[in-house]
Amino acid sequence: MKIAVCLKQVPDTEAEIKWDIPKGTLSRDGMDSITNPFDEFALEEALLTKENYDGEIVAISMGPEGAADVLRNALALTVDEVALCTDDAFAGSDTYSTAYVLAAAIKKAGDVDVVFTGKQSTDGNSGVVAAELAAVLGFAPLTYVSKVRSIDAAGKKIVVERAIEGGTEVIEAKLPAVVSVIKGINEPRLPNLMGIRKASKIEIPKWSAGDLGVDAGKVGAAGASTKVVEIAVPPPRGAGEILKGEIEEIANTITDKLIDLKVIK
Amino acid sequence: MANDVWVYIEHKDGDITPMSFELLGIGKQLADGFGSSVCAFVIGDKVDDLAKEAGAFGATKVYAVEGDVFKGFRGEAYAKAAAFLLEKYKPEIALFRATSMGTDVAAAAAAQLGFGLCTDAIGLAVDGGKVKMTRAAFGGNYSVSVVNEKAAPQIATVRPKAFAMGEKDASKSAEVVKESFALADADLATKVVEFIKSATAVNLVEADIIVSGGRGLGTDAGFAMLKELADLLGGAVGASRAAVDSEWIPYEHQVGQTGKTVKPKIYIACGISGAIQHLAGMRTSDCIVAINKDPDAPIFKAASFGIVGDYKEIVPKIIEKFKGKLNK
Repeated sequence: MKIAVCLKQVPDTEAEIKWDIPKGTLSRDGMDSITNPFDEFALEEALLTKENYDGEIVAISMGPEGAADVLRNALALTVDEVALCTDDAFAGSDTYSTAYVLAAAIKKAGDVDVVFTGKQSTDGNSGVVAAELAAVLGFAPLTYVSKVRSIDAAGKKIVVERAIEGGTEVIEAKLPAVVSVIKGINEPRLPNLMGIRKASKIEIPKWSAGDLGVDAGKVGAAGASTKVVEIAVPPPRGAGEILKGEIEEIANTITDKLIDLKVIK
Repeated sequence: MANDVWVYIEHKDGDITPMSFELLGIGKQLADGFGSSVCAFVIGDKVDDLAKEAGAFGATKVYAVEGDVFKGFRGEAYAKAAAFLLEKYKPEIALFRATSMGTDVAAAAAAQLGFGLCTDAIGLAVDGGKVKMTRAAFGGNYSVSVVNEKAAPQIATVRPKAFAMGEKDASKSAEVVKESFALADADLATKVVEFIKSATAVNLVEADIIVSGGRGLGTDAGFAMLKELADLLGGAVGASRAAVDSEWIPYEHQVGQTGKTVKPKIYIACGISGAIQHLAGMRTSDCIVAINKDPDAPIFKAASFGIVGDYKEIVPKIIEKFKGKLNK
């Protein structure tokens, strides 16, 4: 079975975020970067799938050259192959352009049965690339997956559980499929020292727009259909009121104030 | 009409709530800005009741695709039908709710049409002949507005509860346009085997009132107290990442950057310090009440009302007062 996993480099969730307001993009200079937390679950699911069903894993990232770090981390966790989709032409891609580039990379990797992704990234937060990727590739879309029940590569079948509003949906799908996973589907492992050492010596293959055969007019800022027209700092929430006094009095006041909102029935 | 504003009517197996129609309110406002009409579009195995209700909530026209293949909710099938309708009629913009169902349909339909989309919009306004779509970025520290210049239609998912609902008027009805769209089971890669209803059935996104707990609860038992308050108010229980990671409560309750984004009318945060990752998920709530021992906790900066103290003493007192005042 051939397994692909998409990994995105994002600013550390603890980092202070700075926008380059005239350009409408993130200022990544001097910002600590990490693997998107949701993608760690995707990577772990790929590793578990390989262990349970046999197969090989290709980890794919798209981003600036520095994004090679997330692939090195994946190599340390013993994925078989990696590829970094990087090209100046990709900068400023919107979700569709991103899905289009990743789809080209997955096709280039060849005969992929299942693609794992995180549910969303913690920087863009759109949570739509997996569904778009499935649509572009024509793969079965399996989003918000909380459990992979079984994969039958020979029979081209996968059964998963999806966590959606109000409960869990069990879906049977034909392979190939794109599976986006939620937090808690597994416990991501950490690389060991030997893995890290080995990975540090491996050259990360880079795929450009030309290598991928993508239409340069459909990627990056030129291809993005959504254009940022304004970035603003929203006004802070009005300073709140600290209720003071004895607990009895505070409880009386807050319950009155909340009842006055006419929301409680 | 080319300038029309379309609203996708979300339902599961014909099961609707008034919230299914919430976007007809903002849809009408945008349509007024264009001098066009707000229309609904519905996909399902039986759509007549949904179409009728959409008319009462303000849709002037309802475009529908009906068929056995749409029984239950199948994102894949719904997206194909949605893309077909949007391609055929090319409205100005199509709005979906930013729920898991709405997002799946919107994203896949946009990709089939070859366009990007705006997700989780909290602001929508007609600007220069297009709809300017505004979303929160990085924990709400920035707001980013985008316009889709190439797409026809523009597509946006909209944060539930971000806009006021339209008024229901049962005397109003919409013209229904049924389109046939042939789709066979064999054309689809996915099949729903079963749906297991959650025993706790948390639906944070739809809740008007959320009582949430964090690390400051100190123990999973704290959540029993929060649940009592939430039940009394008809609300849901939320949690911070710290509480979920401590395994005091399941992940489906988590609010914040790696959990759900919510916008209830009342959000009561107990023992939550207010890290930016948590604020990202709840700072647009209408009224925030913070209860925390630490007077310097950042949550107080976001709170409408702050109470400095131990939730273990304060919450029971609040429950007692509500019981008296609400006659429960």
